[in-house]
Amino acid sequence: MKENPIIICRCEDVTLEDIEEAFKNGFKDIESMRRHLKIGTGPCQGKTCIPILQKILAGLQGKKQIDATSTRPPESPVPLGALVRGKKK
Amino acid sequence: MKNFDVVVIGGGITGLSTAYFLNRRGIKNVLILEKGYLGSGSTGRCGTGIRQQFTTKEHIVLMRESVNLWEEWENSLEQPIHFKQGGYLWLLRNEEELKQYKDYVRFQNLLGVPSRIISNEEIKEIAPEVNTVDTVGASWCPTDGTAYPFEVVDALKFYVERNGTAIKTFEEVKGINLKNDSVESVITDKDVYSTGFVVNGAGTGAKKVAQMVHIGLPIENYRHQIMVSEPLETFLDPMIVKGELYFTQTHRGRIIGGTDMNESPTDSIATSIDFLEKFADEITSTMPILSSVKIMRQWAGSYVVTPDRHPIIGPSEISNFILACGYSGHGFMLGPIVGKLLASYIIDGQMFLTEANNLTLKRFKEGKLIHEKAVIG
Repeated sequence: MKENPIIICRCEDVTLEDIEEAFKNGFKDIESMRRHLKIGTGPCQGKTCIPILQKILAGLQGKKQIDATSTRPPESPVPLGALVRGKKK
Repeated sequence: MKNFDVVVIGGGITGLSTAYFLNRRGIKNVLILEKGYLGSGSTGRCGTGIRQQFTTKEHIVLMRESVNLWEEWENSLEQPIHFKQGGYLWLLRNEEELKQYKDYVRFQNLLGVPSRIISNEEIKEIAPEVNTVDTVGASWCPTDGTAYPFEVVDALKFYVERNGTAIKTFEEVKGINLKNDSVESVITDKDVYSTGFVVNGAGTGAKKVAQMVHIGLPIENYRHQIMVSEPLETFLDPMIVKGELYFTQTHRGRIIGGTDMNESPTDSIATSIDFLEKFADEITSTMPILSSVKIMRQWAGSYVVTPDRHPIIGPSEISNFILACGYSGHGFMLGPIVGKLLASYIIDGQMFLTEANNLTLKRFKEGKLIHEKAVIG
């Protein structure tokens, strides 16, 4: 790793270098890149890094823009206990 | 027209595992066609579990052999797949379940699977956080375990691409040409490939692919939901099962798990809040300390289910059109053994396990169904 890596995903410690390397290794679309590097899969759900990744990938793919990854609920992490319905059925 | 010895439709565990064993046995000229990215179907959506605690000879023997291959993959593939034998701890809720699972365990033992019935005290030794207030014991198999789906996909991709297999992603099969009752070529939205064999490992799309050669498959897609928590310090080794609930902790520290919503067949893989509520009810009563743990993400995938909840593997009415689908929720765990069986069918003309020969498509015509009782999540 470089001495001063440029961190793109703070939850999962993914750097710009990692993204460029993964692209070279054939992970060229945003969904497979996310699964390979785990970028955007941490507690913040990619709120910071996915837009940055879109921009980097668009550049690498030679496109003006690309779609974001699919988003999955919940919007922010929720404690399991808050979702309990209890016994009434 | 490009020619391949074998064209595999579907870039999930089935396709990658089949290519792996073909390559290993010297068949190098293999093509995998995937309409999305690798692992984008049920493989990448699965709950990571690998178990041998089944109720039929077919499932138990195939899974026993599959676990051996999972170990082999863990030790031999160049990239880590995080196969871990943390065991499956199947909690039993009443005397009736206990009696039933005693019979299952006896049968599993006869077939060489080291499962056993354990007491509430032993449950506490294996997983102290489990609430045993409403359990009477558990069925425990220490050699069951988990692996990490996308690491498996990556590791197999890495292997097969270096051993001759071509992988084409974002390329969808649109038709299959037949000549004299055998497959001659496969047509995609981008190209046409002539081939000696076609393997239908298309998961949720397997029915559609089989229709292209006029074969009807008795399979239906059922939505199953799943969730993953925020990362925690590692504390939980086994997969915990209780009724419809299952959960474990991944090597990345997250709790992963699901429960059955008992829905009718659908192709939808949308998620619902109902699932989170049912799951929260079940997991917090099974392991109360998890109530403060946060859910990070939920998603859904499909179980591709046959009438007897066993996969359809091996030959079809068309001699060079081979099936590997309808796993009924067990495709990831069966992936290694199915790939090896299909490679042997293609190379030797037969599958090397007697039990596998009971799982071909013709069992539905002949009325030789084999019923699996232990399906979860």
